[in-house]
Amino acid sequence: MDERRFRKRTLFLILYLVFAILPVYWMVNMSFKPNTEIVSTFSLWPKHFTLDHYHTIFTDVSWYSGYINSMIYVAMNTVISLLVALPAAYAFSRYSFLGDKHVFFWLLTNRMTPPAVFLLPFFQLYTTLGLMDTHIAVAMAHLVFNVPLAVWILEGFMSGVPREIDETAYIDGYSFPRFFTTIFIPLIKSGVGVAAFFCFMFSWVELLMARTLTSVNAKPIVAVMTRTVSASGMDWGVLAAAGVLTIVPGAIVIWFVRHYIAKGFAMGRV
Amino acid sequence: MQLVLERIEQKVAAQTYLYPLDLTLVPGAVTVLLGATQAGKTTLMRLMAGLDKPTSGRVVVDNTDVTGVPVRDRNVAMVYQQFINYPSMTVFDNIASPLKLRREANINSRVQALAEKLHIEPFLNRLPAELSGGQQQRVALARALAKQAPLMLLDEPLVNLDYKLREELRDELTQLFAAGSSTVVYATTEPTEALLLGGYTAVLDRGELLQYGPTAEVFRHPKSIRVARAFSDPPMNLLKGELSGDAVLLAGGVRLPRSTSNATSTNVTVGIRASALQINASATTIALPGKVELAEISGSDTFVHAETAVGEVIAQFTGVHQFELGANITLYLQPDQAYVFDANGALLSAPIFDSRQ
Repeated sequence: MDERRFRKRTLFLILYLVFAILPVYWMVNMSFKPNTEIVSTFSLWPKHFTLDHYHTIFTDVSWYSGYINSMIYVAMNTVISLLVALPAAYAFSRYSFLGDKHVFFWLLTNRMTPPAVFLLPFFQLYTTLGLMDTHIAVAMAHLVFNVPLAVWILEGFMSGVPREIDETAYIDGYSFPRFFTTIFIPLIKSGVGVAAFFCFMFSWVELLMARTLTSVNAKPIVAVMTRTVSASGMDWGVLAAAGVLTIVPGAIVIWFVRHYIAKGFAMGRV
Repeated sequence: MQLVLERIEQKVAAQTYLYPLDLTLVPGAVTVLLGATQAGKTTLMRLMAGLDKPTSGRVVVDNTDVTGVPVRDRNVAMVYQQFINYPSMTVFDNIASPLKLRREANINSRVQALAEKLHIEPFLNRLPAELSGGQQQRVALARALAKQAPLMLLDEPLVNLDYKLREELRDELTQLFAAGSSTVVYATTEPTEALLLGGYTAVLDRGELLQYGPTAEVFRHPKSIRVARAFSDPPMNLLKGELSGDAVLLAGGVRLPRSTSNATSTNVTVGIRASALQINASATTIALPGKVELAEISGSDTFVHAETAVGEVIAQFTGVHQFELGANITLYLQPDQAYVFDANGALLSAPIFDSRQ
């Protein structure tokens, strides 16, 4: 009886893993095969193992600059989001002011709007200001979505910290900036981690804005990847290798914040 | 330090938390803020500290008006009911933090000495979350003491601790206060705690300051029924009566010989502390026969709720006694142990206390 249940459980788990990992595995699999093998035969693992596709990406400037551009604007976006969201979240969690709840909700409504809605205004505005095709342009466009999210997440974490801690710090003689950086931030560091992760993830995978607001100098990797379609057909292998490399930063970040995310879920704000 | 509150009032939206009150704290002594929850103890304390700004009135420290001066620029220390420490700092850093901020000398030895005094020496390198509740509150106390502020505010610091620990820590606190020169304000809901701490007591009730004076004085001569009620645990027995010559007639024809001068009407209320009712008769006592309705044991005291001719009363006896429910009981009262209040609730006559009390 026990053994049968154990087997059922194992079977289910294996099935789950297969379904979850199969697409990723197939991409990794493809990235190590020559194009001829990809299009001609069905093979569960690469018969003619090759690193050519990765070589192409790491040597061709148009490929690897895509990664660099993406990382630059994602990093900018994450840092700015947190710098803006931390004080805002503190204000929402500690003070009550005229219309605070409305402003808080209004922030979130930005999240509810599809990015495409903001595309045209951003395009027009950036063209007039000469911000087109710069990293900061993409980073700022993504702030519209990331700041509300970060404020929402951080406010939840901050409200979990008793107000008396703030007061004790003031009584002890801490100035606000010193209290905020040396006492308060360490208390909500998991919240900061979770907020940073979500900002990173959104900005990293967002395609529409990033592609429209850039052309050459700040072209992100997601846009570069659409380039592989040519007159001679698709370059399947390079596309797969680029896909694998796109997953890597996300995977690394998830690895670092995995415990915090669980905590964030438990607090009901993710 | 001389702290004076002048016509202090606190309103939040339409609700009044504190009605205008004047209070001049006795410098260098312990002042107990006594009152039930919602009495305004915490509100008053936050105004003293400068955490909140009063709606109207002035806070004066040593003849300087400090109303509206932020708490950072005042020299106060505060301990909360919850155990508030900096969770990311070790116990040592917690205690040292006010000293470090003021760049004071020999921080190490001072923290060590305080930790020794409060018995938290072995935990100096731990985080507050790794300590028990009592130890966490000791850390908070140590941090407040470290500052050596002339004004120290304690908002029900012992209420979240268990009985034994509370008694132990209260004794230590009494000694610490006596040794220091700070003006201490201590909020509590328990009359016994006020009596144990001694010093001065300010009785608050629903946002009003009813009486301020030396604790024993306030206990013995409560100005009004409200003060007496706030300063009695178990609650004071209040019996309606009528003045007739040199005695008070109570319900059921019980005659309480007691002369009161300056009464404006004959309707009075007689207040009897639960501890004034005894089981043993003596020459001058009057008898109140009745039935036991409920008997409960609290600590080393026995509380008896009895239905008597004068109404339901609660009596407190020291020691553990057994009473059958429904059994007949006769309670004895020394007439001079009763309080007499007039129709408006103001004190007409207080018991005469001998040296035993």
